Amino acid sequence: MSEFNELYMEVILDHNKNPRNNGAIEDHTNHADGHNPLCGDKVSLDLIIEEDTVKDIKFTGSGCAISTASSSLLTEYIVGKKTSEIRHLFEEFHDLVTKDESDTENLGKLSVFEGVKKYPARVKCATLAWHTLIAAIDGDEEVSTE
Amino acid sequence: MVKEQFPILSKEVNNKPLIYLDNASTTQKPASVIDEIQEYYECTNSNIHRGVHHLSQKATEEYEEARKKIQTFIGARSSKEIVFVRGATEAVNLVANSYVNPLLSEGDNIIISHMEHHANIVPWQLIAKQKNVEIKVVPINEKGELVIKELDNLIDKQTKFISLNHVSNSLGTINPVEKLIKKAHQNNIRIMIDGAQAVQHMKVNVTDLDVDFYCFSGHKMYGPTGIGILYGKKEILDEMEPYQGGGDMIKSVTFEKTIYNDVPHIFEAGTPNIVGAIGLGKAIDFIKDTTIEKIEEHEMDLLNYATKKISNIDGVRIIGTSDNKASVISFVIDGIHPHDIGTIMDNLGIAIRAGHHCTQPVMDFYDIPATARASFAIYNTKEDVDKLIEGIEKTKEVFA
Repeated sequence: MSEFNELYMEVILDHNKNPRNNGAIEDHTNHADGHNPLCGDKVSLDLIIEEDTVKDIKFTGSGCAISTASSSLLTEYIVGKKTSEIRHLFEEFHDLVTKDESDTENLGKLSVFEGVKKYPARVKCATLAWHTLIAAIDGDEEVSTE
Repeated sequence: MVKEQFPILSKEVNNKPLIYLDNASTTQKPASVIDEIQEYYECTNSNIHRGVHHLSQKATEEYEEARKKIQTFIGARSSKEIVFVRGATEAVNLVANSYVNPLLSEGDNIIISHMEHHANIVPWQLIAKQKNVEIKVVPINEKGELVIKELDNLIDKQTKFISLNHVSNSLGTINPVEKLIKKAHQNNIRIMIDGAQAVQHMKVNVTDLDVDFYCFSGHKMYGPTGIGILYGKKEILDEMEPYQGGGDMIKSVTFEKTIYNDVPHIFEAGTPNIVGAIGLGKAIDFIKDTTIEKIEEHEMDLLNYATKKISNIDGVRIIGTSDNKASVISFVIDGIHPHDIGTIMDNLGIAIRAGHHCTQPVMDFYDIPATARASFAIYNTKEDVDKLIEGIEKTKEVFA
């Protein structure tokens, strides 16, 4: 099984199986639906943003292990962070999954997705939740990775 | 060994010997086809139909010779009924625009089915929108078969055309096209059959079928990409509008009046994919030498062997369970997304398809986002199927 460990890390498999923050927030302040038409992955995010800070976030959706785990880990990681900080994190995350060398000091446990960069076809799976998050912060209701 | 005739099949992918099971997307090419393409560019390359010089004549002969091979392969009455196009997709677009569109008035309808490839849906939507006509859809059942009796209910006086596939690319179902063609003709409606997933697996005779239009792609039958065939009955092609304007499709051009060329050249504007046509001719030689009967028998063996093995694995469900199938198996594994299956397989050197296979309505019917699909060709073996089974087990292990 060793050959799959670099992509399907234990943490990713765990979050795929038991996604955290799965559900909706009735009185959300921000919301966006993300869709990857290529593979049919879908994610919907509900957020409560107060004073430019994410107070709460939940997600629903269907997708592959990478996309589900990315949504789950993201929701855990960004609570309490400023929106400006989140934009910067997305840049770092994007570099993590696409570039050979990247600055990942702020990504913490999100760096488990590093293995994705060897699978260019799966980059969109890992970044769908992020694109959707930025759309929700910007007040866009829908986003597509195509 | 058939496998040895295909250079790519001795290569490695991800440091594992390649097991190629994505044949419904495109097949690999035998050395005979690859060599023919190289030889054409090294010894013959020239433009066709116009030149008086030796090479141009040789290129024209080889191109037209390929047309004759295709005519014989599908049992057409004349090589004039064989139009070279880029692929099955272009063939559908050609028929939609040059034959069906001029027939349509507001309130008319065109019939397709729920199991069509997007290539046999979208071209009809494009002209339907232009002419404000309806697209009616023959439903499918849980096994992934057409509910043919519904076709009778869909046909009415304003039905102007029917277009259905011969074999479903995502379900593998072989449709009873003879019966469908008869039904269309009993109602005085002309019909097109998309044979992109059929001609590489079974004997097709367009004259016996009495089909009006039939199309397929070269690259799914051991030939090159970018070449495909539209067959049309000569008397229908003769009535049709040109598809694209340009060189080679005309007899004479003045600014006042242009006289079009005869069929099939009227539909082949511009310099065509000459080497593609010649390569496809060579692919047909390969099929003839192997014999289509042997290909069918071998693929059916693999299909039955794989279906039995996959059915025995817990948590795996085959999508498309008709008794009459070509060598295509779509499947899903409980709780595991098809893209994850595809990635694990890829790591093991096994190429399968994961996705909606350009048949989103089929995915919606089964309420699934995608399937994993293995499809077999003449060069696949039972050992390949065993590797696929190991891959499925491995995938289940990783996501256990």
